[in-house]
Amino acid sequence: MKESEVLIATPPPFSEALPEKGISYWRDAWIRLRANRPAVFGLTVLVIMISSAVIVPFFSPHTYYETHLALKNSAPSATFWFGTDELGRDLFTRIWWGARISLFVGIAAAVIDMAIGVFYGAFAGMVGGKIEEFMMRMTDILHSLPHLLIVILLMVIMKPGVTTILIALTITGWINMARIVRAQILQIKQNDFVMAAYMLGASRWRVLFRHLIPNSIGSIITTMTLTIPAAIFTEAFLSFLGLGVQAPIASWGTMASDGLSALRYYPWRLIFPAGFISITMLALNLLGDGIRDAFDPRLRT
Amino acid sequence: MKHKYFVRKFFLLIFSLFIVATATFFLMQAAPGDPFMQEQAIPEEIMNSMYAHYGLDQPWYIQYVKYLKGLVTWDLGPSFKYEGRTVNDIIREGFPVSFILGLEAITIALFSGVILGTIAAVKRSRWQDNFAMILAVVGISVPNFIMATFLQYLFSMKMDLLPVARWGSFSHSILPALSLAALPTAFIARLTRANMVEVLEQDYVQTARSKGLSTYQVVLKHVLKNSLLPVLTYLGPLTSTILTGSFIVEKIFGIPGLGGWFVNSITNRDYTVIMGVTVFYSASLMLCVLGVDLMYTVIDPRIRLENKKMVDG
Repeated sequence: MKESEVLIATPPPFSEALPEKGISYWRDAWIRLRANRPAVFGLTVLVIMISSAVIVPFFSPHTYYETHLALKNSAPSATFWFGTDELGRDLFTRIWWGARISLFVGIAAAVIDMAIGVFYGAFAGMVGGKIEEFMMRMTDILHSLPHLLIVILLMVIMKPGVTTILIALTITGWINMARIVRAQILQIKQNDFVMAAYMLGASRWRVLFRHLIPNSIGSIITTMTLTIPAAIFTEAFLSFLGLGVQAPIASWGTMASDGLSALRYYPWRLIFPAGFISITMLALNLLGDGIRDAFDPRLRT
Repeated sequence: MKHKYFVRKFFLLIFSLFIVATATFFLMQAAPGDPFMQEQAIPEEIMNSMYAHYGLDQPWYIQYVKYLKGLVTWDLGPSFKYEGRTVNDIIREGFPVSFILGLEAITIALFSGVILGTIAAVKRSRWQDNFAMILAVVGISVPNFIMATFLQYLFSMKMDLLPVARWGSFSHSILPALSLAALPTAFIARLTRANMVEVLEQDYVQTARSKGLSTYQVVLKHVLKNSLLPVLTYLGPLTSTILTGSFIVEKIFGIPGLGGWFVNSITNRDYTVIMGVTVFYSASLMLCVLGVDLMYTVIDPRIRLENKKMVDG
């Protein structure tokens, strides 16, 4: 980090001098995030993880479905970097195919949750009155239901697959976002600039999209980053219960589930998928904590 | 006012339970496949008599009313897969095991989480703090099924210190309880630290220090009590974490608890068991949350429920 930027980000407490040029909200958050070493570590791991998930399957000499029955359960070697599974499939290739599924499920669930939650929460916060009361009572009831049980029930009755997992995850997942956004909107609504916008003839929708939502973007992004590891965990959890994607496709969760039975004799079949899940979750949590602190330094502990 | 608040909460709970029960019923109605489907075909007469026996030949609304009546009188019906056993039997056998395991895990999580968080807050920004917080973020990131298999591999298979699986003596419960407790421990540690850091900056803590009390006495007598209140609110979600964790952990360690039964009933498509256990779990969870709410207002008189209602709603 350049010396000058540090000074701008945190002006000395007794100085009356203002920085010559203002810095934007985003730049300010980015500077704070970059100073947070665990968060930078998390970001780096994620970038490597995502780019490998995209690239590696194209260059791997193996596919995720080809079997080598003579070489089943072989230990990590020069040909099979992470070893093979009970059908002799290359674990290294399967890990990166699995990364595509696990990461896609996590990110897609977070994006859908965000879209529904922001719209619902912002709308409730903006309209107020009886409609808001009703909308928030609905989320209260949904919030009091045990999420994971509902997700499991949905998985039991629907055809297993990535779409089903996404539906099951988002059906309860958006509630948290909606509640947070509404609370933010209620606060921002009190500000004078919102009143000014109305006075200048802006419509409700314009105020919502130009002022209310942009001003709650910090909380939205923070909530989103922390939704991704939760979704990845739930996907792995469901796969582990046998409710995940079906063979020959595999996510990290299904691979870990398959590896469990072979733990005593072929530990690599569990160690690699388990390790990848844990490292990704760790990176996402570190980044999420960092982003929260960067957008709202008051919350830093 | 307090009274009114809890009556309102209680009705919300009943209503939520009704929704869970109804949703479960219709989801199971929509479920594909047949509970009696087997490898070899069963003669039609036998199928028909089985349908009649379980009341499946009746239209859905009669089944629904019977099901609701059964819920109210706590009669959850027979299991489709295990002949001669009712869902009530399964809950009666499985729940005590899961309850003991869960209680053990909650105790571990509360004690170790609070201790870890306290050390981190008192030694803020020193190596103890960094170490505890690294431990906590790792604890939050490692999923419970990985934690469970890792502990099983290390302590049972490699070091041969503790039983690999099954249920019986106290030693059987150590590893499952630890795997269940890992995530909540990490969460409680972070929560405790965050609250305690704030409390440590309060004036009365400074006063206590200037009276000459040692750090140990200050923390024990003045800080701990006040920074533990927010941890109490986490008890509700904590029960939920432990409960869903038990599905996995009981499967991995072969424990005959309710979580294991639930997972089995999912694999077997044993619909009555799935429905019954889901409703039972939901009821217990919601009661726990209500109980924590009640406890909170008793312990902390500063909380005025009218305010809380505003924050909630």
